[in-house]
Amino acid sequence: MQTLTSPKATSQTHQDSFLVIENVTKSYPTPNGPYVVLDGINLTVSEGEFVCVIGHSGCGKTTLLDTVSGFRKPTSGEVRVQGKRITRPGPDRMVVFQNYALLPWKTAFENVYIAVNAVYPEKSRQEKTEIVREHLAMVGLEEAMHKKPGQLSGGMKQRVSIARALSIYPQVLILDEPFGALDAITREELQEELLQIWSKHRVTVMMITHDIDEALFLADRIVMMTNGPHAKIGEIMEIPFPRPRNRTQIMEDPQYYTLRNHALDFLFSRYALAH
Amino acid sequence: MTATAGRRLPAFDIATFFRRNSRRIIAPVVALFIALVIWQIFSSVTQSLPGPIQVIQETWDPWIICPFFVGDESFGLNGLQGGDVGLGWQTIASLIRVAIGYSLASIIGIIVGVIIGISPLLYQAVDPMFQVLRTVPPLAWLPIALAIFKDSGPAGIFIIFVTAIWPIIYNTAVGVQQMPQDYKNVAKVLRLSGKEYFFSILLPSIVPYMFTGLKLGIGLAWLAIVAAEMLRGDTGIGFYIWNAYNSGALSEVILALVYIGLVGFMLDKLVGFAATLVSSDK
Ligand SMILES: Nc1ncnc2c1ncn2[C@@H]1O[C@H](COP(=O)(O)OP(=O)(O)OP(=O)(O)O)[C@@H](O)[C@H]1O
Ligand SMILES: [Mg+2]
Repeated sequence: MQTLTSPKATSQTHQDSFLVIENVTKSYPTPNGPYVVLDGINLTVSEGEFVCVIGHSGCGKTTLLDTVSGFRKPTSGEVRVQGKRITRPGPDRMVVFQNYALLPWKTAFENVYIAVNAVYPEKSRQEKTEIVREHLAMVGLEEAMHKKPGQLSGGMKQRVSIARALSIYPQVLILDEPFGALDAITREELQEELLQIWSKHRVTVMMITHDIDEALFLADRIVMMTNGPHAKIGEIMEIPFPRPRNRTQIMEDPQYYTLRNHALDFLFSRYALAH
Repeated sequence: MTATAGRRLPAFDIATFFRRNSRRIIAPVVALFIALVIWQIFSSVTQSLPGPIQVIQETWDPWIICPFFVGDESFGLNGLQGGDVGLGWQTIASLIRVAIGYSLASIIGIIVGVIIGISPLLYQAVDPMFQVLRTVPPLAWLPIALAIFKDSGPAGIFIIFVTAIWPIIYNTAVGVQQMPQDYKNVAKVLRLSGKEYFFSILLPSIVPYMFTGLKLGIGLAWLAIVAAEMLRGDTGIGFYIWNAYNSGALSEVILALVYIGLVGFMLDKLVGFAATLVSSDK
């Protein structure tokens, strides 16, 4: 594995091994032998870090993040959060699903409330209501709180989904192409909101994206995966821009294009899809 | 589920209503008229069946004009005996039976449907048996029902139950099987309790399927009650038909058929309406 060196030197403290993906291999049985999707993935994420995962479609990004959320078990190797091995999904590793996964018969409020209620059963109804309101307000949805998903735009639905995910204060937030289906303007708005919330909540984020600019704007590190089958981590790129980030500012930074070109080169020259 | 903003009904205006729906109203009326004419011609040619005019003449008093007359002084709510009461009462007697049998079929059908929908093993185990049982016609259940219950009341209810339950079971099961993976994932990641999962996720997501089953079920239930009452029974619209047939009153039989058709139609619409009420807040 080759790593792009960056000014930020990392030290091995406990904080730095908050989330550990160790030798994770995932294969699916097929009639002609096992189909190896992930082949020996190693990654350590420190607490509060924002990691973006990029790679070509079908290389195994979702599969990798599913081993963190617990929806899929690695064939070998393991994933640990704070030293605890992950065996099944849980609210400490909340997921923002690609297609929102809201319950259409519940209002925005109720969709968040069901999560808060499941995770904090001991809190009073009033406290839970307060948490729901606070998080819906955080994503700018106070007005639309009592609307059902059918009456919300794609961007609003994704906001509800993010509010639901954060309302239960997860240790790790997992997002699988959360903004892929949104228009450019809404996407940028949501990226900024996500960054604000992340800096307030100090949650550790793992996010899949297809958009290099999005990854450069959001991430501390970008994990670039090689093509499947037998996908590995090809390279990890540190993103040195100071926070809080400002989109125009970082785009004016000469490093921005160096990093961007490097990522593009990785995806479209070194690991171009053979068509 | 909170109430959604009130839907506003447009002001009702008879003139515009007719202009908009003239085809929908006139076409069926014309079709009905033609059918009656054909029937009239058929019966005057074959002399086998009373024509529509004769039917109305013969049943006008008391059957058409007072559906709720009581011929027998000893009549009480649990004594709808002997058939000397109006068709309205007979229909009510049948409807009570249908309500009981159909409610039982709904409750048990939904429970069984959920269970076999959740467990692929159970589904595979009972599917062949259910597929065979569901094709047994209501009348064929009659001797069995009478053997079990020895009484026409519960037997009739059993026949309704056993006829109506299959589509309810199967549609509920399909609803559970078709539940989007997304909802299950939400439940898993939140580690929802079984109760919460059932009431907040599973049940609401299968409502449209359930109502498809319930709608098919009510149609079958109504078909079954008439069949059951025709052979054995001392009350109800089916009994009335059989009784009228035995006394050679074909006009009364035909009138009862019209009743049955209209009631069945209304039951179907009623369940359909309930379905739109439940799923409109989607
Ligand atoms: N249950 C399964 N059985 C067999 N193969 C599977 C299964 N799930 C995923 N795969 C294969 O694993 C590979 C990786 O899938 P994955 O969904 O992780 O890709 P991805 O990188 O998230 O793609 P995309 O960017 O399109 O979402 C694909 O080739 C897919 O066909
Ligand atoms: Mg994916």
